This record gives sequence, structure tokens and C-alpha cells, in this order.
Amino acid sequence: MDTMLFMADVLVPALLQGLVITLELIVAAAPFGFALGVVLAVGRTYGGRLTSYLCRAFVAFIKGCPLLLLLFMLYFGLPSAGISFSPFVAAMIGFICCNAAYNSEYIRGALLSVKDGQMIAAQALGMTRLQSIWLIVLPQALRRAIPGITNEFIYLIKYSSLAYMLTIIELSGAGKIVATKYFTYNETFMMVGAIYLVLVTITTVSADMIEKKVAVPGTTGR
Amino acid sequence: MHDDEYILKVENIRKSYGQTVVLDSVSFNVRKGDTKVFIGPSGTGKSTLLRCINQLTVPDSGRVWLNGEEVTHSGSRINYFRQKMGMVFQNFYLFDHLTAVRNVEIALIKVKGMPAKEARKKALLELRQVGMEDWADHYPAELSGGQAQRVSIARALAMDPDVMLFDEPTSALDPELTREVLEVIKNLARDGTTMLVVTHEMGFATSVANEILFMEGGRIAEQGSPQELLSDPRFSRTKNFIGQFREFDREM
Repeated sequence: MDTMLFMADVLVPALLQGLVITLELIVAAAPFGFALGVVLAVGRTYGGRLTSYLCRAFVAFIKGCPLLLLLFMLYFGLPSAGISFSPFVAAMIGFICCNAAYNSEYIRGALLSVKDGQMIAAQALGMTRLQSIWLIVLPQALRRAIPGITNEFIYLIKYSSLAYMLTIIELSGAGKIVATKYFTYNETFMMVGAIYLVLVTITTVSADMIEKKVAVPGTTGR
Repeated sequence: MHDDEYILKVENIRKSYGQTVVLDSVSFNVRKGDTKVFIGPSGTGKSTLLRCINQLTVPDSGRVWLNGEEVTHSGSRINYFRQKMGMVFQNFYLFDHLTAVRNVEIALIKVKGMPAKEARKKALLELRQVGMEDWADHYPAELSGGQAQRVSIARALAMDPDVMLFDEPTSALDPELTREVLEVIKNLARDGTTMLVVTHEMGFATSVANEILFMEGGRIAEQGSPQELLSDPRFSRTKNFIGQFREFDREM
């Protein structure tokens, strides 16, 4: 088969289909991973003893568990306990947990770096603790956590390929199927790799732009 | 219990950290328009006392009353009382991610529920009071220490407090910036703002205070008007304390 023809008729359509699934996974998981990360970080930093402990335990569990194992437990393990998810939902839950756990650590570090006095000053003005966190500490912490959160988002792009192990034909899986069928391993995997590289580059550039846009004049280093 | 002529009553405040007694039964009353200045050696509980008044530090025992209502043991109503007691800190503690005017208006909007437009107007007015209107759109990192402290004073004043608490407002500033901030506080005193000021600025203390409270070892050791403390032989410790500063100034 002619290479150009193979590219046009087989490889590109297959990879595009896979890419759509990959993007769906990422776009669906990232916002929840971010939000849950914020909740875990705030809970651990400012929560009571029990809340703090629970957040810490959750993060420790996720950090200690290989993502692939987590996905297997969610998809293959839980049905025997009477809980079944579709492959997509199982993958989503796994990705969200993983993304959130690591995000929470970046955010927690950023929360701790905001000067204590601002929290005190906010409360001295009559703000509740929650208002002080939400209006004063968190907006500053999130700015500082952008580089870490971006990193984690890039990991998410790449570990979304593990969804293939739950029968989801995302980008890597689509490539694997085409490559095996047509014995075009090099062409196919290089193409797949190139697409990931583009995704990661777009992420990095966007994150840089966001970081510059939200930078507080006079504080953030260039 | 409550005596109507006093806007703020502080009764037997005690606070210890472990074995260290920081405040050992401190009591005093404040009339509307009073300027009470707390002086004394470092580590004698002056700052802790201010923080116990608005419960940023919870005292071990003792009570605080504002306009006849108990501030201590007030549960979630403490957030209301804190609005009524503006606080200014040694290190300003401006909100770093907000412009000067946003620093002043945010609590008006989020705590008092004031409409954004009205809050902006009031915030600008308060900034004008402290001579910072032209800097409204600047961020804290772009301000000098004296400017930042003036913004923080405007931020506290915007809540229309009954009492202002100044916790060493000029200790982080060089002499020139100190002067610009003290000027603002002096004007407030002249305009009848009720305030408690912890300071090491003896000249300021003697010129502005209705009453100077000399603290030592967690207690109010001596208290009286500046004239009394400086002339009456009964108040030897305060005089010696202030005298140290004067001698030092003369040597310079």
C-alpha cells in the first residue's frame, strides 16, 4: 500500500478518532481533578483534625497506588462488589483521583507560602475563615501553583493512554491497532508521538500565557 | 454590668502561653474619642492585648465589651464585632493580589454586603483621607512601606469602626515614612476617632495620647495623662522609660 494513501485513508482517520477520545478524557477529567485538588489542599491545610486526616489519607492512598492498578480495581474489581462503571467512567474516576491528589500537593505548598498575616488581616475585617481562604489566600496560592498544576495536566495528557487498558480506543490505542494490522509501527508511533508533543506544547504555551495574564504587578518574577 | 459612658470595656484579661504569663489581669475602659497609647518594653503583652480585644487571640479569661455588648464568648457574632474594631498591623498585611482600592473595598462588598459601586466610592474617599487616592490602582508590591500602611489604615477605617486598634503601626518603617503615617494617625485623633495605639514612638505618645498606659510584665504598671506621667514623681517607671528615649535622642 502506498504510504500517502495509507496515511490519508487509514492512519489519520483512525488517529483522529482516537484523539477525540483522548481529548474527551482530558477535558472531562481535568476540571474535576483541579477542583478536587483545591478541596483536598484546603481541607488538609485549614480543616479540623478529622478533615485534615481524611484528605491526607486519600492523597497518600492515591500516591501509593499505581494508576494502572487503580484503573483495574475500578473497572475489573468493583463489579464483584456490585458497582460497575462503563470503561469511560472508570477511567475518568481514576484520572480525576490521580490528578487531584498531585494537584493538591502543589496547591498546599502554595497555600502555605501565602503570608499568614493576610489571613489574620482578613479576619480582623470581619471575614469568616472560609471567606478569608476563598477571597484572600486561595487566589494568591493558585497563581503560585500554576506551574505545578500545568505539569500535572501534562501528565494527565500522557497517562490518559492507560485508558486503552480498559478497552477505550483513545489515541495510543488507535495507533496500536493500526500499527499491528498494517505492520507500520514506526510511522504510526512517530505520528502518535508527534500528536502528544503538539498537545503538550499547546498546554505549555497556554499555561505561560495564563501565568502572565494573572500575574500580580510587582510580585511575580518574570 | 455596663457603664454607658464607655465605648469599650476590658476586664481582667489573662493570657498565658504554657508557663509564660503574657497578660496578667489587664483592665481598662475607653471613652468615645479617647486616644490611649500603650508603651513599655518589648514582650510585655501590648500586642497580645490588642489581639485579645478583637479575639484574634482568644484570652484564657476576662471579658471585653463594645458598646455594652460582650465581645468575648460571642460565637459567630465575633465577625460583626471585628468590623467595629479596625485593626492596623506592624507589617501592614495588605492583600498582595489586590490593588489599593480593592484592598479597601473588598470587605465592604463581601462582609458588609455593600453594592460594588457604592463600595468603590467609599474606598476612594477613605484613600483620599490618608492621601493615597492617586495610588488606588497600584498593587501593594508597588507601594512604599508608609504608603502601604496608609492604605491599610484606610482599609480599616472604611468599615466605620467604633474603635481603631493600632499595633505598632510604624515599627517597620524608617523615620521619614514613620512621620507620614503618624501624621495620618494624629489627624484621626484630632477628628475624634477612638483609638488604642501600641507604639514605641514616645514623642507621638506624649503629644497625642489622652492617656498613656505603661505596661510591664503583662500588667498595666502605671497609667495617666502624659503630663501626669512626666511630672508626677509617683510615676517613676514610665518617666525613666520615656527618659531613656529622650537621652538617646539628645546624644544623637
